[in-house]
Amino acid sequence: MDFNPSTEDDKREMLDRIGVDSLEDLFSDIPEELKVETDLIGEEGRTELELKDEVHGIAQDNEKPGDRLTLVGAGLYDHFIPSIVSHVTGRSEFYSAYTPYQAEISQGTLTWMFEFQTEISELTGMEIANASMYDGGSSAAEAVLMAQEYLDRDKIIVSETLNPRYRDVIETYLPLEEKQVIELGSRNGRIDKNELKSILENEGSIAGLVVQSPNYFGVVEDLAGLKEELGDAFLIVSTNPVSLGVLEPPGSFGADIVVGEGQPLGNPISFGGPLLGLFATKKEYLRYLPGRVSGKTIDREGNEGFVMALQTREQHIKRERATSNICTNQALNALAATVYLASLGPSGFRSLAKTNWDRAHYLAGELEKISGVDLVWDQPFFNEFAVEVAADADRVWEAMKEEGIDLLHPKELRQLGVDDGFLLAVTEKVKKEEMDDFVDLMRGEVN
Amino acid sequence: METIYDKSEAGKQGTAYPEDRFSEDEPGEELDSDLFRNEDPELPEVSQPELIRHYTKLSKKNYGVDDGLYPLGSCTMKHNPKPMEDIAAKERFSGHHPLASADVVQGNLKLAYQLGEYLKDIGGMDGITLQPAAGAHGELTGMLMIRKYHAENDGLDQRNKILLPDSSHGTNPASAAVAGFDAVEIESNEEGTVDLDQLRQAVGEDTAGIMLTVPNTLGIFEKDITEVAEIVHEAGGLCYFDGANLNAFLGRVRPGDIGMDITHFNLHKTFSTPHGGGGPGAGPVGVKDRLVPYLPVPTVEKNDERYEFDYDRPESIGKVNSFPGPFGVMVKAYSYIKALGDQGLRDVSGNAVLNANYLKEKLKEDYRVAYEGLCKHEFVLSGSDLGEDVKTVDVAKRLLDYGYHPPTVYFPLIVKEALMVEPTETESKESLDEFVEAMKEIAREAEEDPDLLHQAPSDTPVGRLDETQAAREPVLRWEEE
Repeated sequence: MDFNPSTEDDKREMLDRIGVDSLEDLFSDIPEELKVETDLIGEEGRTELELKDEVHGIAQDNEKPGDRLTLVGAGLYDHFIPSIVSHVTGRSEFYSAYTPYQAEISQGTLTWMFEFQTEISELTGMEIANASMYDGGSSAAEAVLMAQEYLDRDKIIVSETLNPRYRDVIETYLPLEEKQVIELGSRNGRIDKNELKSILENEGSIAGLVVQSPNYFGVVEDLAGLKEELGDAFLIVSTNPVSLGVLEPPGSFGADIVVGEGQPLGNPISFGGPLLGLFATKKEYLRYLPGRVSGKTIDREGNEGFVMALQTREQHIKRERATSNICTNQALNALAATVYLASLGPSGFRSLAKTNWDRAHYLAGELEKISGVDLVWDQPFFNEFAVEVAADADRVWEAMKEEGIDLLHPKELRQLGVDDGFLLAVTEKVKKEEMDDFVDLMRGEVN
Repeated sequence: METIYDKSEAGKQGTAYPEDRFSEDEPGEELDSDLFRNEDPELPEVSQPELIRHYTKLSKKNYGVDDGLYPLGSCTMKHNPKPMEDIAAKERFSGHHPLASADVVQGNLKLAYQLGEYLKDIGGMDGITLQPAAGAHGELTGMLMIRKYHAENDGLDQRNKILLPDSSHGTNPASAAVAGFDAVEIESNEEGTVDLDQLRQAVGEDTAGIMLTVPNTLGIFEKDITEVAEIVHEAGGLCYFDGANLNAFLGRVRPGDIGMDITHFNLHKTFSTPHGGGGPGAGPVGVKDRLVPYLPVPTVEKNDERYEFDYDRPESIGKVNSFPGPFGVMVKAYSYIKALGDQGLRDVSGNAVLNANYLKEKLKEDYRVAYEGLCKHEFVLSGSDLGEDVKTVDVAKRLLDYGYHPPTVYFPLIVKEALMVEPTETESKESLDEFVEAMKEIAREAEEDPDLLHQAPSDTPVGRLDETQAAREPVLRWEEE
């Protein structure tokens, strides 16, 4: 395929106008010895038909998603996406635009950004939200950097119930000194508040605590009293936004920053990306906020419109003194979330959360009836939970895979102290019969 | 500007969910009362017909590359091929979880692996990570690898400075700073290229590396690049190559062949994936052998005929993304590379440079060109000698009235009143000629009726917006009036 529209005659005319003989002459300023002489990839181009045949063929090497039941979550969740979402994001006025630097012809993007910021503020119970970060992990890392910068302190407490991948990203973003991250342990699936107390008493220069609710095990953390304990150190809460249809938002517990993975809001899992980092905070920290925000203003006639606000925080102006290096973010994924939330509305959103709660609790209840399968924690959970099995979990995992059921590999929980266990995520897409079949298979495997 | 909240009316809903319940458990009863949400978040209440009309209306207040020429310098706003959109949307690609068994997702792993191989070939690199979600994320990844490299070799305390030409992209110094380096700017010479004498002065035992953008922001190829690399390497530093401008020499020059140790690729620029109004992008990073051990974990590997993630990378810098990267974007870039093949990839840079030089030749009749010689994929004009009190911003806003997205303005900073123009290879000669006509008209207006420019835009959904007010009294969310 070729996407250059000019004819050979056009090109000839253009070369004449420039005053060179050939395309190659246009590269005469590059020393010859720097140029490559061989082909790059050793392949010829393809027509659209050939291309589709070939690339669709690669897709055939995957199992067909609809043929399998997946109970894998661990931060990404397979929710139903109403058709309206892709019909909006599929409009090329949205997807083929750049960042809205020219506000007057970008009111579409800037308006939905403003809507998104409002929706995310509302979900999280926070005053303001930005227009997106890369993903849940990098949002958490940026929150840590912001807390350190605002308070000019270097240590950060990270709960061991935080998604371990997020913790990895935080540690990658904090390369300076190894002692910066202090791990907060847990008891019965929730953070250990006594241990927090003693860390705060014994360590100085604490910039904040990163805690996740529902946490990596699916357990709803009790956030009450944490901010009081932390004092001016930041309470940074990572959350699954869908859970906020039934859970009191982190803002109500005094969170300073709320982050999370926004993929569950109208975006496919897509093998791990593109994702959608959520970032919400308090107004008082506005000048420290990373990323883009849309703000309301007026034109010369007094008409309302939107612009990218507070650009002086950003890298293209502040360079090395910017609040973050982020530039391109996840705009189209944020648009999907905006439309998704607007389509659900408050009652649909609550109903979605309740349906998730219901399906996960049904499955947990049925599994618990099997002797040899137990919930790991006796704690409230949302749409994900951990079970321990009286069997070789690796063997069970293998057997389930053969039966067309995908589970998170038991090694994930083993690293966190559960020897033979599964972390099971259930969304509204999972049917009752599928769960019943899974329970029957599990019964067979354990007994 | 009406938002979806202004359309909201109690009792309306676009999407409902099943109300059947299988479990006895109710969140309101199971949760401690202070953990249960009693008050719903304020989300819009709108029906589906009203929703689609609202967003269709909003889309018409936007301008995308499908609407017309988008000569935004440094951003490579080229055509987004439609087949790639359809291919990436296939559920058989997008419907999988990255933590599923490798047996289930051999196709996805194969595609990611092969894309990595293509990018290594295109960049002349030995290793690749597909994790970074954007160009700046790739830069940060590269900086963290440089950190780790020095920490494991020379000791980090010593090597804490990253050198950057003052003409570099803003993300460069910001990425160096986030990685904990001191960003040290070095002045460019008149051509915007690196002054070798100055560079020799600047390097030393504290040099961690240099970040280079080639062609530089004036659209000029850094002809002394191998000398630059030698000077930096001799001082013990590493060379980072900002790949944002790869469209200028795709298939002709490979960063890895000319002394560069690390480069990132902007799949959403060079490889035609849509910019999405500000993302999602993808910023894979290629490295030379000595940096391969530090690549983020996991990488995608091929063992015999099986593809899998490799988590066993003890020297890795760690993860920069919770999951293995923006796969949906990778599918589009992979398809693009395959659609074009070797000759097509080479023609991309040929035609991009042809379009840029043609446009420059025609525009220089009415505008001052910052640098006279051959440009690569973009060039810089100056709005400094137009009519009385006419500024570059006025030209940009007047272009909106002519139905164009303007060039990048006020960048690079080293050119007064800069207009940075990048037409890309997907514009026809006719399209360029029409743009020249509009620019000529504007130059004439600047002389004869400058107020037309000062008052512009007049033919857009809103007039020139007050950014100062937005910063002074930030209103960042909808509130009921």
